[in-house]
Amino acid sequence: MLATKAIADDLAGAAPIKGRSLWADARARFFRNKAAVAGLFVLVCVAAFALFGPLIATWNYEDIDWTVLGNVAEAGRPSLENGHWFGTDALGRDLFARTAQGTQVSLMVGIVGALISVIVGTFYGAVAGYFGGRIDGVMMRVVDVLMSIPYMFVLILLLVVFGRSMLMLFIGIGLVSWLDMARIARGQTLTLRNKEFVEAAVATGVGPFTIIRRHIVPNLLGVVIVYATLLVPSMIIYESFISFLGLGVQEPLTSWGALINDGAAEMNNGTLWMLLVPLFFFVITLFGFFFVGDGLRDALDPKDR
Amino acid sequence: MALLDVTDLSVSFDTPDGQVHAVNGMSLTLDPGDSLAIVGESGSGKTQLAFGILGLLAKNGTSRGSVKFNGQEILNLPEAQLNKIRANEIAMIFQDPMTSLNPYMRVGEQMAEVLMLHQGTSKRDALEDSAKMLDAVRIPDARSRLRMYPHEFSGGMRQRIMAAMALLCRPKLLIADEPTTALDVTVQNQIMELMADIQRDFGTALILITHDLGIVAGTCAETLVMYGGQVMEHGTTDDVFEAPSHPYTLGLLKAVPRLDVPQDALQTIPGDPPDLTALPPGCPFSPRCPLSHAPCTRTMPPLEAFGSGRFRACHAPREDVV
Amino acid sequence: MSAPLLDVDNVSVIFNVTRQGAWPWTPPGKLQAVKDATIALEPGKTLGLVGESGSGKSTLARAIVGTVQASAGRVLWRGEDLRAMSPARQRAHGRHVQMIFQDPLAALNPRMTVGQVVAEPLTTHYPDLSKSEVRERVGQMMERVGLLPALVNRYPHEFSGGQCQRIGIARALITEPELVVCDEPVSALDVSVQAQVVNLLQDLQRERDLSLLFIAHDLSVVRHISHKIAVMYLGRIVESAAAADLIANPRHPYTRALIASVPIPSPKAERARHRPVLEGELPSPLAPPSGCVFRTRCPIVRPACAERVPPVEHVGPDQVVACPYHGQDAEAESSTA
Repeated sequence: MLATKAIADDLAGAAPIKGRSLWADARARFFRNKAAVAGLFVLVCVAAFALFGPLIATWNYEDIDWTVLGNVAEAGRPSLENGHWFGTDALGRDLFARTAQGTQVSLMVGIVGALISVIVGTFYGAVAGYFGGRIDGVMMRVVDVLMSIPYMFVLILLLVVFGRSMLMLFIGIGLVSWLDMARIARGQTLTLRNKEFVEAAVATGVGPFTIIRRHIVPNLLGVVIVYATLLVPSMIIYESFISFLGLGVQEPLTSWGALINDGAAEMNNGTLWMLLVPLFFFVITLFGFFFVGDGLRDALDPKDR
Repeated sequence: MALLDVTDLSVSFDTPDGQVHAVNGMSLTLDPGDSLAIVGESGSGKTQLAFGILGLLAKNGTSRGSVKFNGQEILNLPEAQLNKIRANEIAMIFQDPMTSLNPYMRVGEQMAEVLMLHQGTSKRDALEDSAKMLDAVRIPDARSRLRMYPHEFSGGMRQRIMAAMALLCRPKLLIADEPTTALDVTVQNQIMELMADIQRDFGTALILITHDLGIVAGTCAETLVMYGGQVMEHGTTDDVFEAPSHPYTLGLLKAVPRLDVPQDALQTIPGDPPDLTALPPGCPFSPRCPLSHAPCTRTMPPLEAFGSGRFRACHAPREDVV
Repeated sequence: MSAPLLDVDNVSVIFNVTRQGAWPWTPPGKLQAVKDATIALEPGKTLGLVGESGSGKSTLARAIVGTVQASAGRVLWRGEDLRAMSPARQRAHGRHVQMIFQDPLAALNPRMTVGQVVAEPLTTHYPDLSKSEVRERVGQMMERVGLLPALVNRYPHEFSGGQCQRIGIARALITEPELVVCDEPVSALDVSVQAQVVNLLQDLQRERDLSLLFIAHDLSVVRHISHKIAVMYLGRIVESAAAADLIANPRHPYTRALIASVPIPSPKAERARHRPVLEGELPSPLAPPSGCVFRTRCPIVRPACAERVPPVEHVGPDQVVACPYHGQDAEAESSTA
C-alpha cells in the first residue's frame, strides 16, 4: 500500500488521474524536434496552396491567355501586372493556377496511396503474422508473387487498356503500395505475437480478431506511420514518373510530374520558370515529408522510452 | 598501500528527463588480493560505480571525486593512459558475455589479440598462453576450443572464456558485474567456485557486483551495501550478514526466504527502489525505512566507523536495528 | 486429500523446429519440451515447479493454461478433458485459469491504460456488465492489490516493476479464477520488492482458496510459497514431494544437486555446508541423452542408466522419484542438506 503513498500525497482528492500515453509522449518529443516541425510547417503551407491557390488565382488553370501566346518567352514571364505570378506555360495557361491544381493531384495520389497501404497493408500483415503457419505462408506468397511482377509494366498496361483516368491511376498505385507495408507489418506482428501481453490475452480467452485490433494494431502503428510518411513521397515520385512518360493524368488536368515534364521540354526556349516552379514545390514537399518522417521515427522510437 | 582508493566519487548523467545522480559521494578502499562484494538493487548505482572507477561512463556521464589505483589518480585520465591500465591492471567481466565477445571472431583470435596488443606477444605465444588460460578456467579440451566461435559455447562456458580473457594480462583487480545473473543455479555455482579459485591462484583482488545476497555469503570477505548511490553499510561479510547495522541491510536479509530455515511470512520493505532522477533529500532510504525520523529526511547521515573496521551511514542508533 | 482441481495426466509437448539449411518441404525437427508429466493441483494449495532454463517448466504451464497444445496425455479440469472442449468452451474456460508473467512490464499492453488492462478479462467473459459495474470491480481489484483506484487512467510505463506486477495480479484475479499459473512472477523484481509480491499472492490465496502453480528457478522462493514441489529436468519431472520433505529429504540426485547449489545468505551456514558442484550443463533438448536424461551429469550414474528411462516410483506418501538408485549412495551425499 505504501508503494503508492507518495502518489497519494500528491493527490488531494480521489479524482482519476490522467495518464500520459505513449502517443502524448511521442507528440511532445516530435514538437521538440525543430527540423520536423519545420518540415510539418512546409507541408501545411503546400497543402494550403493546393486548397486555396485556385481560389486566389486570377486565371483558371485551363484558360489560355491569348495575349501571351506566340511570345511566351517574353510576355509569359512571371509578373505581377498581368496576373501570371508564376508565368505561363508554353500554351499560355497560367502556371500559378496549374501548379496549384497539379499540387492537388500529386498530394492526393501520395495520400491515397499511403492510406491504401496503411489500411490494407497493416491489416493484411497483422493477420498473416498473427495466425502464422499455413495462413501466413499462403498470404505472404501472394505478396511475393505480386511483388515479382514489374509493377510499372502492369500500370502502363492498365492505363493503356482501360484508358487514362484518375481512377485507373489510383487503382494502379493502390495495387502495389500495400505490398511493402504488409511485409513490414507482418514482421512486427511476429515479434509482438510473442510478447507476454498478447499471451495474456490469449490465455484469458480473447478472440483472435479482437487481439489483432486491440493488442497488435495499436502497437504496429508507430512503425506504420513512420513508413507511411516516407511512402507518400515515393508515391508522388511514382506518379511523376508515369506522368513524365506521358501516361499520367489527362490534359487539361495536370500534376507535378506532368508540369516538370512540360517544363523540361521547353528548357531550351528561355522559359526556365516552367521547370523551376513545379520542381520547387516537388522538392520542398519531399523534403518536408522526409523531415517529418525522421521526426516521427525519433519520437516513436521505443528505445527512447 | 591500498590497491584501490575511491574517495567521494560521484557519477551523474545528463538526460532529457533531467540529471540522474547514479553515485553520490562514495568512498571505499580495497587492499591487494582482497575480495569485496557490492550489493544493491536496481537504481542503487552499483554498476555505474564500477564504470566510474574504470572511466567507462557513457558520453553523457560525468564523474567527480578521486579514484587512486596503486597510488596513481586514474579518474578522468586521458583515454590512452586509461586503456593501458584497464588492459594490464584492471579487468572487468559483464553479466552478458556475448556483449563483450565478437561473434564473428574465433575465441582464440580474440584472446590472442589482447596479448598481442597490450604486451606485444607474438601470435604463436599469445595463442599458447590463451590455451593455457582456458585450461586454467577448466574449459575441457582447451586447445581445440580456440578455433570455435563464441556462439558455439554455452552460457556458462562463455562466462569462463570471459574470465580467461580478463586474466590474460594478469590484472591486479577483477571487477565482476553480475557475472552469474543470466546463468542457471547449478552453473552459477560453478562460476562462483571459479571466482574463488582465481582469487586464490592468481592473487587477484575481486570486486563482485550483485543483487544476490546468497552468492555473496560464500564468496567475498567484505561486503558493501549500496542504496540510491550511497554506501549504507560496509564491513566484513560475516559482520554485515550476522549482525547488520543498517535498517536496509536488515530489511533485505529478512525479505529473502532461506532454504535452510523455514519462515512463516516474509518481512517486506514497503515501496519501490529509488528513482535516481528524483532522490529524496537526506537519506535515500528514508521513505522506506521503518526507523526513519526527522533528521533522516533532511541530511544524509555520514559514513561512520565503528567496531573493528565497520562503517554505517544511519541516523538511527545501532541498538535499534534489530 | 481433496479432489484435484486440475489433473495433468502423462502430458507430453513436442515443438516443431525448423532445421538449419532445410528445404521448405523437409519435415521439421522435433523438440521434446515436456515428456510424460503428471501433476495434480488442489484448491487452496500451491504446487511449486522448479527447474533450470530448458527444463520445460514454462511449457508445461502453458499446456495447462491452454496456449500450447499437448501432443499426448490429458489435461483434466474437474475431470473434463481440455482438448475435448469446443474452441468457444475453451475460451470461456479461460476465466477459471489465469496467468501471471515473468516480465511485469512486457505483460501489459503499452498502449492501454491500466484500467483497460485490468478490465479486459472481465469484459471478455462478462460482456453484459455495465460500464459502471466494470469500473467498480476494477477499482476494488486495484485497491486489493495495493494500488490506488485513481490511477486507472495511467499507462503501464508510468509504474515501477513491482507495481506492474501488482497490475498483472489484478488482471489475473478479476474474473475470480480458481487456478492461477504464476510463471517466474518474482524473478524480474528487485529483492526488496519480491517479498511484497510473494506475500500478496499468499494473502490472496488464503482469502479466495486459490490454487497456485508457482514456477520459478529459485528454490528458496518456491519452497517458501509451495505446499508441494515438483522438480523438472530436461522435460521430465524427476521428483515431486511435499515441500518440506523434498528439501529435508531429497531422493533424486538432481534434486540433491539443485538444493546444494542454492546459496544461502549467511556466511556461517555457507561454511558449515558441503556443496558439491554439479559439473557440466544442460544437454540440448534437441538431442537428449538416451535413458535417464540426467545421466550425463549424475554423480551416481550407472551403465544401466543409458539403456532405459527410469520408471517413476512412489517412495512415500505423496513422494515420487524417477531414479532407481535413489536409495543408494544417498548416505554418502546426505551431508548436502
